[in-house]
Amino acid sequence: MSVRAQIGAVVVKDVRSEVRNRYAINALVMFVVTAVATILFALRSEQPGPATLAGMYWVVIFFSAMSGLARIFVSEEERGTALTLQLTTSPGILFAGKLAVNTGLTLLLTLSVSALYIVTFPGFVIRSPDIFALTVLLGSIGFSASATILAAIIAKANSRGTLYPVLSFPILIPLLMTVMNATEKALEGAAFIEAVGDMQVLVGYCLIMIAGSFLLFDYVWND
Amino acid sequence: MRSSSVKLDSVSKRFNRRTIFEKVSASVNAPGSLAITGRNGSGKSTLVKILAGVLSATEGKVSLTVDGHEIPRELLYQQVGFVSPYLMLYDEFSAAENIRLLESMRSGKRAADTEIDSLLDMVGLAHRRNDRIGTFSSGMKQRAKYAVALIHRPAMLILDEPTSNLDAEGIAIVRGVAERQSTSGILIVATNDSEEAGWCSQQIPLGIG
Amino acid sequence: MNYIRMSAIVIITYVLISGIAIPIVPQPQGWFEFPVIPGLEEKARNIFFHVPTAWTTVVAFLVSMWYGLRYLRTRNMDDDLKSEASAGLGFMFCVLATITGALWAKFNWGSFWNWDPRETSIFILLLIYGAYFALRSAIEVEETRARLSAVYATLAGLTVPFFIFVLPRIVSGLHPGAKGDPEGAGPVVEFKMSPSMLVVFILGLIGFNLLYVWLLNVRVRTARLEYRRSTPQG
Repeated sequence: MSVRAQIGAVVVKDVRSEVRNRYAINALVMFVVTAVATILFALRSEQPGPATLAGMYWVVIFFSAMSGLARIFVSEEERGTALTLQLTTSPGILFAGKLAVNTGLTLLLTLSVSALYIVTFPGFVIRSPDIFALTVLLGSIGFSASATILAAIIAKANSRGTLYPVLSFPILIPLLMTVMNATEKALEGAAFIEAVGDMQVLVGYCLIMIAGSFLLFDYVWND
Repeated sequence: MRSSSVKLDSVSKRFNRRTIFEKVSASVNAPGSLAITGRNGSGKSTLVKILAGVLSATEGKVSLTVDGHEIPRELLYQQVGFVSPYLMLYDEFSAAENIRLLESMRSGKRAADTEIDSLLDMVGLAHRRNDRIGTFSSGMKQRAKYAVALIHRPAMLILDEPTSNLDAEGIAIVRGVAERQSTSGILIVATNDSEEAGWCSQQIPLGIG
Repeated sequence: MNYIRMSAIVIITYVLISGIAIPIVPQPQGWFEFPVIPGLEEKARNIFFHVPTAWTTVVAFLVSMWYGLRYLRTRNMDDDLKSEASAGLGFMFCVLATITGALWAKFNWGSFWNWDPRETSIFILLLIYGAYFALRSAIEVEETRARLSAVYATLAGLTVPFFIFVLPRIVSGLHPGAKGDPEGAGPVVEFKMSPSMLVVFILGLIGFNLLYVWLLNVRVRTARLEYRRSTPQG
């Protein structure tokens, strides 16, 4: 079907561009490494418990994402290619494509940070992999659902960096609180049944934010 | 040749409490052409962006009809080709890649290499086909934009300042493009150059007073 | 509008006086005495002020969101004026709700702030209002400003059900009505209040809402005058 191919083309364009420029990936890698190093420094020999580790995990993800995800639209505005995109595809298709790219990027981020944490923090043991995997997946989707349209908003507001975390934080808090909760349970080795409530909230959040963003994106993108 | 027509119905645009233009009306049937003239700042670029569906009008309506169907605003991109100095292509991709990627986004189909090559040949860029656009001069970039704008054979081709950055050879190419478009579809030209305006059979001047 | 203004002033004055002055006694006789609620005693008075302000700030936000969505449909600047006016009032009521809530927390549970879900929710609302105004001040073109802040208000509005209904069920908290509260859903939801308290409480609710309506009206009229008077840019 043509729409799927069009969305695929948006994704392909962004991925190819990223492979050539590596702007977003560089920013993310640098941020993650610096953040984790700082945390290690601050903790020294202290071993944090599951609740703290879960919180630290998502804090690093949140701020790394804030430093990298806004680019998805800001780079188009800065380079002047936003008009080109407006003339090449419909807002719905563009949003779907950018959403997919952001979700992929966030997933990559969560997986890399997980690997890093397993290696650097002995307390970070994923005792319930089913809870953890689902949390990371739904968390990435939900994160991306909100972050993508917010990136489009600040790109149109000509206000790049500082505004993005200010706008994103309140909207992401329900997601952050829930994924931190669920991750803590995953580190403690809880049974899946205990995390079902969290998963319901996550699925609800993803559905509502994707639907809402999709409907509202047109108003942000087109003048 | 498809039957198509575009109609501007009492279109006004206000922006930050300032009126750019008011109650502009016109209509063009294919094959046909329209020149929008006026001095700098009279709103020509704003009006053509409204025609392309990129900007919304404060009042009034624009409608493009192809084969009897009115095209909704969110699908205008399929029928419109647009060239202007402020349109940017992707510097990290080659001329051929820009055409291919943008066309995939537009139609979901992969443009045939033969088509891409013949277009690049027409605008005189065949020898730079695989070079990144970032290495092009502004005149070459302008020519590349024509290839991008024509790959999908648009019902309506909009040219804003068509020959900016172009040398004599480039201008001749654009003249040819304009003639072919105005005899097979709809051509809209926004310009304050009288020669370019002369390519079109109709003219509407913009400007306060 | 005069009726609304007068009623708002009268009702809130009554609520202020009776809320603070009516004595709380173990065996209430008639309308001018409140019964003692075990565990709360004098602190129960907070209910007359905290709940209505919290309620009003949510109402103000929903109104702001409503007019924002109307702007997206009508592109009429008047709708944007109303959206911003309501948001400004909502911010004020939110600050009041946070303060009255923190006072309650201090006297009941020992510290001003505990990150209980309801406390967190009102804090998030404060952040949302702050972000809304930060966004507005970053955009100079008024049509773009109206459009983008309407979208943001709607996005934020979509998350509101999460922290009002979902989070308190999932994360146990200190508020009456949260998971883990042995008293059940609390004095408000289960109408454990005696009739005399209920009267003052409901009057407080009505009074604050009327106050909001009146203030909104004044702000919108002022905004319209300022709009007409300001010179066009460019």
